[in-house]
Amino acid sequence: MKKLVVALLFSCLPAFASAAGGHDVELEKAPVNLQDKVSLQNGAKLFVNYCMGCHSLEYLRYGRMADDLGMPDALTLKYLNFTTDKIGDQMKNGMSAEDGKAWFGNPPPDLSLAARHRSSDWIYSYLIGFYEDDARPYGYNNHVFPSVGMPHVMAGMQQDLSEEEFESNMGDITNFLTYAAEPIAPTRERIGVYVLVFLAILLIPAYLLKKEYWKDVH
Amino acid sequence: MSNDGVNTSRRTFLIGLTSAVGAVGAIGAAVPFVKSWQPSAKAENAGAPVEVDASKLEMGQRVVAEWRGQPIWVVRRTDDMIANLDKLNGELKDPQSKEDQQPPYAANEWRSIKKEYLVLIGICTHLGCSPLFEEEPTVELKYGGFFCPCHGSKFDLAGRVYQGVPAPTNLVVPPHSYVSDAVIIVGSEEGETKA
Amino acid sequence: MRLVNGLIDWVDARLPVVNTYKKHMSEYYAPKNFNFWYYFGVLSMVVLINQLLTGIWLTMFYSPSDGFGSVEYIMRDVQWGWLIRYMHAVGASAFFAVVYLHMFRGLLYGSYKPPRELVWIFGMLIYVALMAEGFLGYVLPWGNMSYWGAQVIISLAGAIPFDMLPFIDAKDAKEIGEALTTWVRGDYLLSTATVNKFFALHVVAIPLVLVALVFLHILALHEVGSNNPDGVEIKQNKDENGIPRDGIPFHPYYTVKDLPGVIVFLMIFAVVIFFFPTGGGYLIEKPNFVAANPLKTPDHIAPVWYYGPYYAMLRATTIEWFSMSAKSWGLIAMGGGIVVLFLLPWLDRHPVKSIRYKGWLSKTLLLIFALDFLMLGFLGTQPASGLYKTLAQIGTVYYFLFFFIGLPLAHRFEKSKPVPERVTGGH
Repeated sequence: MKKLVVALLFSCLPAFASAAGGHDVELEKAPVNLQDKVSLQNGAKLFVNYCMGCHSLEYLRYGRMADDLGMPDALTLKYLNFTTDKIGDQMKNGMSAEDGKAWFGNPPPDLSLAARHRSSDWIYSYLIGFYEDDARPYGYNNHVFPSVGMPHVMAGMQQDLSEEEFESNMGDITNFLTYAAEPIAPTRERIGVYVLVFLAILLIPAYLLKKEYWKDVH
Repeated sequence: MSNDGVNTSRRTFLIGLTSAVGAVGAIGAAVPFVKSWQPSAKAENAGAPVEVDASKLEMGQRVVAEWRGQPIWVVRRTDDMIANLDKLNGELKDPQSKEDQQPPYAANEWRSIKKEYLVLIGICTHLGCSPLFEEEPTVELKYGGFFCPCHGSKFDLAGRVYQGVPAPTNLVVPPHSYVSDAVIIVGSEEGETKA
Repeated sequence: MRLVNGLIDWVDARLPVVNTYKKHMSEYYAPKNFNFWYYFGVLSMVVLINQLLTGIWLTMFYSPSDGFGSVEYIMRDVQWGWLIRYMHAVGASAFFAVVYLHMFRGLLYGSYKPPRELVWIFGMLIYVALMAEGFLGYVLPWGNMSYWGAQVIISLAGAIPFDMLPFIDAKDAKEIGEALTTWVRGDYLLSTATVNKFFALHVVAIPLVLVALVFLHILALHEVGSNNPDGVEIKQNKDENGIPRDGIPFHPYYTVKDLPGVIVFLMIFAVVIFFFPTGGGYLIEKPNFVAANPLKTPDHIAPVWYYGPYYAMLRATTIEWFSMSAKSWGLIAMGGGIVVLFLLPWLDRHPVKSIRYKGWLSKTLLLIFALDFLMLGFLGTQPASGLYKTLAQIGTVYYFLFFFIGLPLAHRFEKSKPVPERVTGGH
């Protein structure tokens, strides 16, 4: 009977291995490393300078970002913020939804959760996926997101930098957005290890206790 | 089922050990639930330190700011006002500010970092009304001060309470500091706390 | 110590504390041969407590008028809110996982058969309440998947074939359906009005029902006594003191046996919570990381895995029979799939309780049923296309054949093994 159960459980594993929702386009693997503070800081800087004019990070606070990325509050407020003077404020921007709709067809979405909604790989592939296409109003189209409404805001950067440098920068933005989607993630995993170690320790006396009492049962 | 040869002490020991480790786990598991009742990042932000620029305040005038839902008074005292503080000592309950109603850097006769600027939480220590500011002498307050309309408590221009009124202690001085000459940050001691 | 004893005596004279403890713990005699499958009852209890505790805490921070925003507020701004929320969200899936295994245990060893029919019925009612609870809770985070999932499920109310009733024609039936959906939503679209309503039901009404049903489930069980992997009635063989010879007191023997089981379960639970909280999109779906948007359906709408089997049955039905729409038949298949479980004690005509002593046919049919259920569950979460659709149709047919043909008749075509007098094993 036990073998049967195990067989049953394993038979449904492949089903779970293939994640829900397929993509038509092959995605590039994003270089995500949440421990790499330099990459995250660069990503934050690039995001604020290139993206935040249109895309907010509504659910992230400047102070949280500063703490997590190891940046002093004062410098964060001075260099990475254009809208507020309170370190605890959310990273919103000045663009109204109406303006966004008028300018780009759709209001630029908030990107706090983009990495969890799409995926880090999707964001990375999207960022490096722009190509010239005269048929589009802004002269660019995207491999991952055909007929995207967003102009290629980093076209200048792409021209000035080598391909490697550009992809590294886009990787940093992706890394930063991955962080922003779940700032607690590294802490979560760290605590998870403690919890598992504790439960494993608790299991020892509990198991011995069971063995001891069940000596009575014949 | 048989209870012959039961090792009672081993059982007691294992029960104790399992319970002890389990209790540690229970306490650990309670931490998130207890801590979640603390102010959230949103509340922390709303209760963040508040800056008050007192440089444009006229002599003898007061400005009211809000910090964590409380009125914060900043009074710019004239030399006369400061000089008058001494004369009242006999009528006050705690003229030397011995009660712990202010941060150490304001535990002096004039109850502030700089003599010129008085910073107070504008809530009466009796039952929580907000007293009125009397810059000119009145019948009740011969050198001006604060008068609580609820139960008639009186405070001088250093927030020190008079004798014979319901309020038990001096008005509270909030934690504050100076980010520049006359810019006060209320709720933070990261700036200058010396005169 | 004397003071404590005095207090216990005082209370006991006014409330049956000692008696209750004896009846349900220290002198509740459970068969000594419980195996792996018998952990899932206590695990359901553990998960229920987890859901109640974390749920109560979440209501302290959640606000139905800003469902999506307040969930992110919990995830980021509330201290440790992320853990409480993950415990609750993963807990929902864990609840169904342990309940499904608990139910399958019943199927394996015939735990629904006399005299335990009411235990089974209460269990089924818990299961139905749990499905309602899960659905309502799924809507609250107000992500785009919440929105469209709710849209689909609420629209089902419009598919109820009222025209089967006398004096109601198709047009009236349609109007009744529409009136019903509007009433459930409390608006002309899914809105805050709906979320507020679902919130009240999710956090107050259904939990009350659930807890009451769990109480009855256990009360009924302790009245008739637990079944066991041999399907032997231990009460039929008592010693001179009236204690079943194959029974052991629930406390301490099963409390100390359940404890390591609970710890192992918590370890698995913790692995998911701390390392795979979204379960690769199966526990918290990707489209739910964007706020509800009435103008944009996610590319692929699927229910959470635990509704998969029934959703697959709903979609598998594509034929119009007897002038009733395929939509209505789908609803009947889905509802029937659940209702039939209630009838289990009367559908199973096998003289033997436990699968251990049933013949090869019963074993095979049950094995296929288990695989069928898993397959339907998987298909329910996938887009319905060619092969998958056919498989879902075959699976649905087998599901009903198992209950209406297999269980009532299998014993006529097989030879059962002799059932022992006493339970076997015991460790």
